[in-house]
Amino acid sequence: MTLTSKKRDELAGWLFIAPQALGFLAFVVAPLAAVVWYSVQDVNLLAGTSTFAGADNYAKLFDDPTAPKVARATAIFCVGLVVLNLALALSLALLLNLKLRGTTVFRTIFFSPVVVTLVAWTIVWNFLLQDNGGINALLQAIGVDGPNWLRGNGTAMLSVIVVQVLKNVGLNMVLFLAALQGIPTSIMEASQLDGAGPWRRFRSVILPMISPTTLLTAIITVAGALQVFAQIQVLTLGGPADSTNVLVFYFYQQAFANHDLGYGSALAAVLFLVILVLTLLQWRMRRRWVFHEA
Amino acid sequence: MAYRRTRLLAAAALSAVALASTACSGGAGDDKNIALRMTVWTTDKNQLALFDSIAAEYRTAHPEVASVKFDVVPGDTSAYSAALTTQLSGGNPPDLAWILERDAPDFVQSGALTDLKPTLDAAAGYNAGELVPSATKLWTKDSGLYAYPFSTSPFGMFYNKNLLTQAGITETPDQLLASGRWTWDAARQIATQVAAKDTGKAGLVIREFEYKQWVLLASVWRGFGADAWGPDGKTCGFSTPEMTSAMTFLHQAIFTDKALPGPGTTADFFAGESGLTIAQISRAGLLKAKPFEWGIVPLPAGPKANAQVIGQAGIGVPVKGKHAKAAADFLAFFTDPANSAKLGQYFPPARDSLLNAATLAKANPLFSQEQLQNVVVNGIKTGAVLPSHTGSARIASLVQSALDPMWKPDADVPAALAGVCQAIDPALSQ
Repeated sequence: MTLTSKKRDELAGWLFIAPQALGFLAFVVAPLAAVVWYSVQDVNLLAGTSTFAGADNYAKLFDDPTAPKVARATAIFCVGLVVLNLALALSLALLLNLKLRGTTVFRTIFFSPVVVTLVAWTIVWNFLLQDNGGINALLQAIGVDGPNWLRGNGTAMLSVIVVQVLKNVGLNMVLFLAALQGIPTSIMEASQLDGAGPWRRFRSVILPMISPTTLLTAIITVAGALQVFAQIQVLTLGGPADSTNVLVFYFYQQAFANHDLGYGSALAAVLFLVILVLTLLQWRMRRRWVFHEA
Repeated sequence: MAYRRTRLLAAAALSAVALASTACSGGAGDDKNIALRMTVWTTDKNQLALFDSIAAEYRTAHPEVASVKFDVVPGDTSAYSAALTTQLSGGNPPDLAWILERDAPDFVQSGALTDLKPTLDAAAGYNAGELVPSATKLWTKDSGLYAYPFSTSPFGMFYNKNLLTQAGITETPDQLLASGRWTWDAARQIATQVAAKDTGKAGLVIREFEYKQWVLLASVWRGFGADAWGPDGKTCGFSTPEMTSAMTFLHQAIFTDKALPGPGTTADFFAGESGLTIAQISRAGLLKAKPFEWGIVPLPAGPKANAQVIGQAGIGVPVKGKHAKAAADFLAFFTDPANSAKLGQYFPPARDSLLNAATLAKANPLFSQEQLQNVVVNGIKTGAVLPSHTGSARIASLVQSALDPMWKPDADVPAALAGVCQAIDPALSQ
């Protein structure tokens, strides 16, 4: 059988995308479908049995007294992380873009936590943030009595956010730095000639020029923030009093610790929807604030 | 087009049948080259070496068993339980599983485990009748036994003689015990004195509690006549006057006397960082190198009872395991009188004939006969297992969260305890 040139191209195309497509089907689509299926089942993990439960697991969300606390903790973590991460990443990128001596060293220092293993990084911070840990020892050296970071209702969430920001800020910083270095010098010079001061240049030239990067970093940071797990597991186990019990951790507790796979899957499905909606929302809003050169 | 689709469907169906038949052929019917796998929580090399030697001995008489693998699942108790459940639900059940006492009601009630009684009763020389009823209670349903109470380990109070002497304590816990004055007040006083003497050391540490594993506080509150829930498991015990008294005692010991390290502060007794610790007897192996002079006494008497507490692990055979019959047979060998005596050096046995100080002393050179009698023998015979309940993991996380407000210096203890009952009442009544 001889194939026409068009058919051959078509076949080659399918063959090229086959590894990626198969991987996508096996490791993304199939687990996603399984989560949806489990979310409408009442599963007895130990006995290995399941019965159809319809929307019961989703209805359970409204009767669960812990659910509002989880939603609140997730929202606080997400907003806190995104604001702090993007603000710090942009500030660092602006500083490193000044072409001063030693910026390469600082760039390496700020980026290096990105390549450190997440759990190892979190365990180290767990020791530092203990009541008798390194941070409070430093504070004590300057005469300040530090709080019990991981046990205080307010400080626990702050600690988790800061640990996560310090871990990942380098990645966004590099992306912002690349964007800043991509701004044509002619535009900056023109704005200077027009008499724009540093703040005016930042607001009216730099921010619009790097807005596509801001959109990208915002999307990946929001999606990442909603999926935080290891930090909570190592640092707080969701406490104190559920103040750091975010959605992914709560999903894990329900599905694997409490053996309620049906309810856990319903929570996972809700999380998927939340991430999808937020991402689409950000994508849609890009038309209003993202600047693209014609 | 329709013909092509039919052909594809037929091919898929044939493949599925072929796969299913292949899977069946390697399953329960296979009685040769059996590879047994047992999930275990311990990571202790000496304990694992002992397991391996017992398994090797078994295999010489049972050539059909090609291997017995002890699958170490590292992590804390919650991580272990989660990993075991994942294996069971993910179609990769172990042939034998070490099950913690807090998970016992869920495993036993769910029908996930094989009834071992017929196998153990039929095993030659096994003498299943001598298993201590208090040890098997948790694993029994109707007349069946759904796991062997492999380790029945009482909690005791270890103390560091050197630190107590340095703190100017003239009467040791052993002397207080001998004179009938070993009480929670006495223990708190000693701990306060140790912590006050040396700011670098802690007084009393409830090992592994860390303000999360609240179930371990049963070692304190049972002396005050309190418990997490009533015997029927339906009534919350956290708001009773006895529990309020016990928790007020603990709160004052932590935040007023500083007798216990506060939340977020760690101290390891076995590294010489605290004067006293409540821990299971099986932790004594950590003192093999004799880092300091130490002693061990039973848990102190409280105002209401001289209550002793036991931690327990059972070994069960999941019904979904590939070789349930062979696994039960191996378990009968692993826990027969001779092997129970060997395992007794690490895991206190549930067999009446082995539960005496003279026999235990042969396998436990670290302890004196008096210590074994006071802590192990009396502990197992008179003690009660840590609280357990169906849905224990869910209840545990609810209690942990509701108890958090109590671990602050200015906490309203009765209000916090009322909050615990409010949180767990719906789960208890299910």
